[in-house]
Amino acid sequence: MRTQLCDSLLARSINPEMVFLTGDLGFMALEPLQEVMGDRFINAGIAEQNMVSVAAALSKQNFEVWVYSIAPFIYARPFEQIRNDIAFHNLPVKLIGNGGGYGYGVMGPTHHAIDDYGSLLTLPNMSVYIPVFDEDVGAVVDRAGNSCRPAYIRIGRGEPPKGYSVPSYAPWRQLTYGDGPVVIAVGPLAGTYIEAFMHMAVESRPNLWAVSELPIDLTPPPDNLLNQIKNSSVLCVAEEHVRHGGFGSDFLLYLAELGVSPKRFTHVYARAHNFGRYGSQKFMRIQSELDVDGMFAALNRTVHG
Amino acid sequence: MRNLTSTMLSTARKRLIKMHFDSGVGHIGGNLSALDSMLLVFHEYLGTNDKFILSKGHSAGALYISLWSVGRLDESQLALFHKDDTLLAGHPPAQGIADIPFATGSLGHGLSLAAGTALGFKLKNSDAKVICLTSDGEWQEGSVWEALIFSCHHKLSNLTVLIDHNDLQGFGSTKEVASMSPLWEKLKGFDADIQVVDGHDISAMRFALSKKYKGLKIVILKTIKGRGISFMENRMESHYLPLSEAQYIAATKELCSA
Repeated sequence: MRTQLCDSLLARSINPEMVFLTGDLGFMALEPLQEVMGDRFINAGIAEQNMVSVAAALSKQNFEVWVYSIAPFIYARPFEQIRNDIAFHNLPVKLIGNGGGYGYGVMGPTHHAIDDYGSLLTLPNMSVYIPVFDEDVGAVVDRAGNSCRPAYIRIGRGEPPKGYSVPSYAPWRQLTYGDGPVVIAVGPLAGTYIEAFMHMAVESRPNLWAVSELPIDLTPPPDNLLNQIKNSSVLCVAEEHVRHGGFGSDFLLYLAELGVSPKRFTHVYARAHNFGRYGSQKFMRIQSELDVDGMFAALNRTVHG
Repeated sequence: MRNLTSTMLSTARKRLIKMHFDSGVGHIGGNLSALDSMLLVFHEYLGTNDKFILSKGHSAGALYISLWSVGRLDESQLALFHKDDTLLAGHPPAQGIADIPFATGSLGHGLSLAAGTALGFKLKNSDAKVICLTSDGEWQEGSVWEALIFSCHHKLSNLTVLIDHNDLQGFGSTKEVASMSPLWEKLKGFDADIQVVDGHDISAMRFALSKKYKGLKIVILKTIKGRGISFMENRMESHYLPLSEAQYIAATKELCSA
């Protein structure tokens, strides 16, 4: 998604009030932006705490401020700066984290960002964008950029099946249709289930939904999703994020407040930063039962449990 | 702007003590070490578009008194200091007071916020200035050094850092806890203009603030915690404890006779 990100930001950079800060990352991706933006492209060095506070101060002067790093570095180290300097002041700084979830899987646990959006959504005014497909990035950059709230954009790698026609961006999208369980996946993970679900008989095929914007109350789920949940025997939530503070528990609270009660519920989620052995994002997903086989196992346990 | 007089200084010091006593709160020592410099900044240094950022947020009382001294806060607001439903919290608030751009209080944020503000002014081709007051113990925070590196690299000539060097921190002296003494020697390797002055000598501070430099300016203010009240000066207790009634009477008497 970095190419699409750079293209989208390039298009916005005609705004002379736009400033872009990077924590010394973006090599072989962001050079075109650097070239065009000149002194409004600031490599703030390996100093994320300072970078975030500087961003807040620039935003206070009504600059349109974007801050970039890899996902694990953009929220954890400077969390207090995000909280105190951005969120407490409701400054519309946009934080972009590349490689969210297990995107940097084999790089080890320090590079996993599986507690990112849950942590950030505890902060006042914060919103989160998680594009599913590469094609979503332009819309996400525009929606976040035009929002008056601070935002975190978790980007990764779009994973649609070959030849798949990506639907237009929306915060909630239904990707497969059937009479089976309801599955809601957060961000690019949704794309990984499409092909397997499409090969299923319609009687058992899940209604697969992708969610790309949080918190839920800012962009509530559509009525047809709620109706599917009411009528389905199983609801499954899948997210490359730890269980605590994740979308799954938040969504259940949301449903409970609406008086909607799934008949059965299962949650597949990022189980650990550290399994003792490391591998690709695919490998790390398998460890957490987030891969297709893990999803089927979780659904079977729930349906037949 | 108008010249800071000794009468203004004395009035402000007495009002600061009264405000803290009325609200029954401490942090008086660090307020008194920083008050003289803040009064000077607000009375003589800041223009209409300039910004002051108090990084040592626990000296919010001195900030509020300085704003009161230049007519930006009124008595009714001071009367609510540290009480329920106040704008004037124990550390600077996030909104509600135009002259306070950022909530501070967790040490190590202010210099970065000041650097971002100064950089913004430069990007806008504005000649506005930024002044940031840190404590000396605060320089134990790594983020302050990140901000220093950034400010020097970007040659933020519109930014002045004041360091309230009163030698005492939360649980001991700076020398005992994590010595960088003398701090100015540690700062010398950076591309910044460094001056060390008496933080209670108005003329010396006035001269230091008037100096021009092509990049970041740092003025280390050698100060006394609890300045002006003999039984509070250089005492750890003055970092935390509120004044008893007897202490308040004694402090007021001493300030009135000074």
